[in-house]
Amino acid sequence: MSSQRINLRGQVRAPLQALLIGASAGGVEALLSLLEDLPPDYRLPVVCLLHQPERSDSLLADLLQRRLKLPAKEAEDKEYLRGGVVYVAPAGYHLSIETDRSFSLSREEPRHFSRPSIDILFESAADAYGEQLAAALLTGANEDGAAGLLAIKQAGGLTLVQEPADALVPTMPNAALALLKPDFLLSINAMRLLLAELDALPC
Amino acid sequence: MPDEIELRLLIEAIYLRYSYDFRDYSKASLKRRVRQAQAQLDCPTISALQARILHEPQAFMQLLQYLTIPVSEMFRDPEYFLALREQVVPLLHTYPSLKVWVAGCSTGEEVYSLAILLHEEDLLERTMIYATDINPHSLEKAEQGIFALDNLRTYTQNYQLSGGKRAFSDYYSAAYDRVLFDKSLRANVTFADHSLATDSVFAETHLVSCRNVLIYFNRDLQDRALGLFHDSLCHRGFLGLGSKESLDFSTYARQFEAVSRPERIFRKR
Repeated sequence: MSSQRINLRGQVRAPLQALLIGASAGGVEALLSLLEDLPPDYRLPVVCLLHQPERSDSLLADLLQRRLKLPAKEAEDKEYLRGGVVYVAPAGYHLSIETDRSFSLSREEPRHFSRPSIDILFESAADAYGEQLAAALLTGANEDGAAGLLAIKQAGGLTLVQEPADALVPTMPNAALALLKPDFLLSINAMRLLLAELDALPC
Repeated sequence: MPDEIELRLLIEAIYLRYSYDFRDYSKASLKRRVRQAQAQLDCPTISALQARILHEPQAFMQLLQYLTIPVSEMFRDPEYFLALREQVVPLLHTYPSLKVWVAGCSTGEEVYSLAILLHEEDLLERTMIYATDINPHSLEKAEQGIFALDNLRTYTQNYQLSGGKRAFSDYYSAAYDRVLFDKSLRANVTFADHSLATDSVFAETHLVSCRNVLIYFNRDLQDRALGLFHDSLCHRGFLGLGSKESLDFSTYARQFEAVSRPERIFRKR
């Protein structure tokens, strides 16, 4: 296993304070395999945004709650982010992170036909966390998230993209690669190892 | 970051010049909307937008259309209206006369929805509805009761899911790409300019409906607004919020009990 360990020294510019993950088509399976092994004492808050129909009651939080070792819940308006909790963006609202590191919801127009939109979450988080942020963009049939990931990179955050060949639908990773060179381009399996490493960094 | 400073200065300038108070709004969404307005008004920076709105009230009115979110639909979240019908209306029947406050009514979709519901429950004639908002253009539109035909299919579906008792088309007449709602629905509606950030309580009410407004406020301003609702509501009055809004983070949490937690309907203790 140690040969697969990824050296993060020199890549991470500041102690990380949050991890964001955006995905669309094929995202449920990708999220599950990415997060299933995270230990119960994981330090970072993990915020997941998966595109889903406007009115679907989110079953994703329940599913994650059952399958992960970490507690999972839907992100609530004005709730402060806490480490070791997996948050899921509710359907039908945009999710932002404020500079006081609490969530806020809004009903602005959909972006890339999506509400919630990954761009909106990522851009607001780039403002809130700057270089203390890591974000991953996974499989999806839509270009949402690419501009947001660029904003995170420009703010000094750590950017991860799923290898298009590894993605069930490669449109979303490809859109990101057209805009930026991520710090890591990885399969889900390799990314899973990296997420554990991220948490182990001294802070 | 320079743009954070510019945003704060713009908000301060708006407050000093026009008395609209966005200082306790959630910043992430506000910033996005300022950015949109900035692009639309052709200002290279937020500071340039600030200079422009300080000197041109017309430009400020344009900016205001971005800062307030006129995204609404009739009978949005039909389950909310169904819960009102089933769990709140029977209790409203016990009052000889009713006052309802639709706070942050935007372009009026919710006002007409409630008026239709109250009409079908034989309550509209004895009800006074106060529909308030900070955006004069939205209030004007609300008062006209004219909506785009495009959205009517969604509205009709929503109406049916909300427990509607008639044909939705009984309530409007269509012409070209628009529909005009029956003016009898607004006979007892007062549209008024009112700010949850700066104004105070104006009437005792039995039901306050304020949906998807509080999400744009920070915790302090949410508390201020909830305080107004609490003071306005009569003993055991009802409060309806948006589907993802709650009292959990508010100092007023203990002053209300849930009537229907999933539909976010609460009652004053």
